[in-house]
Amino acid sequence: MPDTVSKIAFTANNTALATAGVQFIIGPYDDYALARAVELKETMGATVTALNVGPADTEPTLRKALAIGADDAVRIDTEPRDAYQVAYLIAEYVKANPVDLVLMGRESIDYNSGLVHGITAELLGWPSVSPVMKLDLNGNKATMAREIEGGKEIVELNLPFVAGCQEPIAEWKIPNMRGIMSARTKPLLVQPGNAAALKSNVTGFELPPAKGAVKLISADNAEELINLLHTEAKVI
Amino acid sequence: MKTLVFLEFDNGVVKKSSIEVASFGKTVAGTTVQAVVAAPAGTDFSPLGAYGVDKVWHITAPEFADPEAQPLAAALAQAATTAGAEIIILPKNSLTDAAAPRLAARLGAGVATNVIGLQSGSSADFVVKRSVFSGKAFAYTQVEGPVRVLTLKKNAVDVVVGTILPVSVESFAPLLTAADTVLKRLSVEKTTGEILLPDAERVVSGGRGLKGPENWALITDLAAALGAATACSKPVSDMDWRPHHEHVGQTGIKVSPNLYIAVGISGAIQHVAGINSSKVIVAINKDADAPIFKVADYGIVGDAFEILPKLTAAVKNLN
Repeated sequence: MPDTVSKIAFTANNTALATAGVQFIIGPYDDYALARAVELKETMGATVTALNVGPADTEPTLRKALAIGADDAVRIDTEPRDAYQVAYLIAEYVKANPVDLVLMGRESIDYNSGLVHGITAELLGWPSVSPVMKLDLNGNKATMAREIEGGKEIVELNLPFVAGCQEPIAEWKIPNMRGIMSARTKPLLVQPGNAAALKSNVTGFELPPAKGAVKLISADNAEELINLLHTEAKVI
Repeated sequence: MKTLVFLEFDNGVVKKSSIEVASFGKTVAGTTVQAVVAAPAGTDFSPLGAYGVDKVWHITAPEFADPEAQPLAAALAQAATTAGAEIIILPKNSLTDAAAPRLAARLGAGVATNVIGLQSGSSADFVVKRSVFSGKAFAYTQVEGPVRVLTLKKNAVDVVVGTILPVSVESFAPLLTAADTVLKRLSVEKTTGEILLPDAERVVSGGRGLKGPENWALITDLAAALGAATACSKPVSDMDWRPHHEHVGQTGIKVSPNLYIAVGISGAIQHVAGINSSKVIVAINKDADAPIFKVADYGIVGDAFEILPKLTAAVKNLN
């Protein structure tokens, strides 16, 4: 997805993201999920598969996941159109290639739907937890911290399940030279994306209206701000 | 369209975000709406009648007092089926973020989260407006039926108060399977007695310009005077000056209060993504070129250590 510092603009009559000058990255939340998966592999022993639903131009991002420490990568070859389709394809993959744990970001930073973890879990008949800030495994049992409104909760769940991850579950990992070299020879499997019924369709985008100029108040007369917030903006 | 809303009560009073959901539900339905509420027996539901609710499915089972996402999804799916609902609307929060996708998948429903409104005149196609690209843009999304699940962003719609309808109440006991209740809660750490950031109408937020956690009284004093929640920028939570649940930004909490005061925050694009649906933004920063002034409605260029006590005193005078 587009880098977090990207300026967002649209083309084709506001129906597509303007990609010129936009750097594409592993979503920051997904990056945390990947980093925790690699940490679990390093401390407990595991095989980590990096999975992406996307066209061929996402392969450099998958190679980065391999460089960070995934053992193999799978690209399901289709344009991701909505959360239901992506979740369906992940669930179908997991049914055919059983795993103990599915980690992903709590949400994407482009569509921000935050739906894929819950739908995937429901389609698999698994539990799901999100947003997970800490995850430790002891045999079959996972202990997690998850964020709730105004705090956090410690919860316990047996494998398998789906977790939507966020910071500070792990430190982001930056690939080192050895990782980058080994990533070139790790397997990257491409599978066809079976057609899934779409449940939604983006018909257009819109940018927020431009902000008017800021009204500056002199620091010597700071109290005037409170007066303006009360009488003009009417928010206090 | 037959519309079912999930409404949350806090100490016997319906939450503001839930009032927004009921009111939005009435707009979507074009008629009255039915509500699912988990609340203690004896809760007074008559105030809901002002927002278009004419029936409440009342859950009193103790496991729904502070529900877990999975049992909630199961309960709402059953209620939706029983009520024959075509649209189910939930307030967007950390509980429904986890419950809404499971609910939609159970019902085979189309789903859209982070909804801020309906596209005008789109009743046939059912197109909603959503906040996307972490608050940097909006998307118009057509949601497929026949059943649809929506979560409504806080402070996004105006509440319409109508004729007060009589509210009929039917007790509702969801059937849970063992698979719905596998998650065990071991402990909770929650700030109490403070205004919760995601619910706050006003927010005072501090950045690196505060120089250290020992100076946070400047922020909390102003927040207390304003009845505001406190927040912080990512560097501040990364350095553990403040807890993570106060971090506002692209990878933190996205807020949409009526008033957001950013103190000593430069306004990196990732921070702005978390605040730009605030109604009024105030920036206080000693750097006149800080990008936060580009998104602010009001600003003071100067030293926060001198300005904040003056503002706190001015707010107290106002009261």
